[in-house]
Amino acid sequence: MNALATEFTPAASLAGGVLIGAAAVFLMWTHGRIAGATGILTRFFAPKDREDWLWRAAVLAGMATAPAMYLTATGAWPEIHVPAQPAMLIVGGLLVGAGVSLAGGCTSGHGVCGIARLSVRSIAATLAFMAATFATVFVIRHLIGA
Amino acid sequence: MRALSAYLIGLLFGAGSLISGMGNPAKVINFFDIAGAWDPSLVFVMGGALVTTLLGYRFVLAQPAPLFDGGFNLPTKDNIDERLLGGAAVFGVGWGIAGFCPGGALPMLGAGDLRVLLFVSACVSGIFLSRALTAALKPTATKETRA
Repeated sequence: MNALATEFTPAASLAGGVLIGAAAVFLMWTHGRIAGATGILTRFFAPKDREDWLWRAAVLAGMATAPAMYLTATGAWPEIHVPAQPAMLIVGGLLVGAGVSLAGGCTSGHGVCGIARLSVRSIAATLAFMAATFATVFVIRHLIGA
Repeated sequence: MRALSAYLIGLLFGAGSLISGMGNPAKVINFFDIAGAWDPSLVFVMGGALVTTLLGYRFVLAQPAPLFDGGFNLPTKDNIDERLLGGAAVFGVGWGIAGFCPGGALPMLGAGDLRVLLFVSACVSGIFLSRALTAALKPTATKETRA
């Protein structure tokens, strides 16, 4: 078995996906907003007004409480393995930030909420970033061999 | 009430992200490594999230307004341009390098892992550098168009 292998978790991943979708539906129902992590994060730091800041801060606080809830429910912190070195996390983070800012969304905003609205822009953006990620991982894993 | 519901929605999103494995870069990168240690789990994350949102939005967007706001805030742009596709491609490269996307990393911040904090700090820097650069380039572009 490949040393890099991770366990295939169709049931947990499907359940997690349904919860992400439910959160997106509830945010639209209550606040009339797209549940995009990029937009919520950006306007948390650059809000229109206090009320605009407050709901974003509350969503982010809820997200950040999730690991503690996970710990309470399962007795363990959520599993995390980071293959990237710190320098790669910085470079990758800068590119992710710049990219989602230009594209106006990320996996949650375009990939989930946008496609669910059948937005042609979101479908195009999702195809573009998925293709770029496949290519990048191929280059890093199989051409550079990192 | 507004803030409480937003908090609970964040918690729900975060729980989903953690349970799905989106906050675990090894798992995310393995989804994109078809030629290597392929882990197809992310198909199920996207499938579950998309079907739920697709069905839920049908009901929600048929309402006259959201519960706590006068109207729905929906994106209005409908053009596919180089900014959208280029930005998405840059995001994809970064996602492949780091293994984190914003929706995976933000909930994981609460687990107190410094590598997540490093990624999120870089991501926020990238967002605001890109915004500053875009704003700085805008007036020049207008002048050129006028000239």
